[in-house]
Amino acid sequence: MRLTGLQKILWAAAGLALLGYGALLLVAEPTPAPLAEAPFRPNFTLPDADGRLRSSADFAGKHTLVFFGFTNCPDVCPTTLAEVAQVMDDLGDQAGQVQPLFISVDPERDRRLGLSEFTTAFHPSILGLAGDAAQTRAAADSFRIHFSREDDAAAPDGYSMSHSPALYLIGPEGDWLRQFTYGTPAPEILADLQSRL
Amino acid sequence: MKPTILSAFFALTAFPALACESFTVGDLTIDHAWSRATIGADRPGVFYVEITNAGASDDALIGIATPAAGMPMLHETTVTDGVASMPHAMSVPVPAGQTVQLAPGGYHGMLMGLTIALKEGDSFPATLTFQSAGDVTINVEVLSLRAEGPDCAHAGQ
Repeated sequence: MRLTGLQKILWAAAGLALLGYGALLLVAEPTPAPLAEAPFRPNFTLPDADGRLRSSADFAGKHTLVFFGFTNCPDVCPTTLAEVAQVMDDLGDQAGQVQPLFISVDPERDRRLGLSEFTTAFHPSILGLAGDAAQTRAAADSFRIHFSREDDAAAPDGYSMSHSPALYLIGPEGDWLRQFTYGTPAPEILADLQSRL
Repeated sequence: MKPTILSAFFALTAFPALACESFTVGDLTIDHAWSRATIGADRPGVFYVEITNAGASDDALIGIATPAAGMPMLHETTVTDGVASMPHAMSVPVPAGQTVQLAPGGYHGMLMGLTIALKEGDSFPATLTFQSAGDVTINVEVLSLRAEGPDCAHAGQ
């Protein structure tokens, strides 16, 4: 096969480009990968069961364990709160340095059913917060989590809530430290907390 | 059902380690049926169980009935893109030669319209309906609010 002059030039250019790109890969500083979990400070202002406004700043100096859920949830929420309760018991003397929070994503119904009755049944240290729709959405947004109402004829009152089921750990300065995915065993959460306290 | 009658069978059937009892229907063995104590009767209860199909053909759990709840339904917790939801499950497949668990974070029975608050140590009957094997009535033990499952000597759970 005979190459025309133009084709030779094009092939040469392509070759040079390839060499140049290879050299660039070798010498270029690796660009820092964007951190999947960059530090950030979630903030919220929500009323507790007594109607007293509580905000993230109130918990400065403590580690907070935050769970978003709803009290009508029969499976995921009790399982997670039971683990939180176990962790709080097992922390012993250090329990005072950790504040577990339950933030309702179904605040109106949860207030009607009894918010503190629900949280204290798991552990007296768990503080339940339930705001209005705007406060709840703002709190969830600040944690960058999702929740939504799902119409479901096969659920109480014809709806259920979908929500991020993880447990979030916030440091004493208010920094988001990490999340424990749903189903993380209590001893694992405990060990992580103990390493920080 | 009247509350008095209900209390009567709750009391009668209350004895320890009930959740370790096995029930069989056809090729199916039903183990570790348990529920979690509830806070009052206004919120739904939950039902967990383990089903082993020793047979050569697939079966499926298609229904649950119990005097403890007016509207028991099968649900499945699913986590998609970090968001948990709990759709209604028409049936729970029980393939031949396999063991299927209704367990925290997966398939579960949701007991809506509880007739009575479920207390730790109580038990209640539940009738499971399978597509092929038919009906079987089992006892369900109510464990503590914090339970992760029954503690049975032979347990896989």
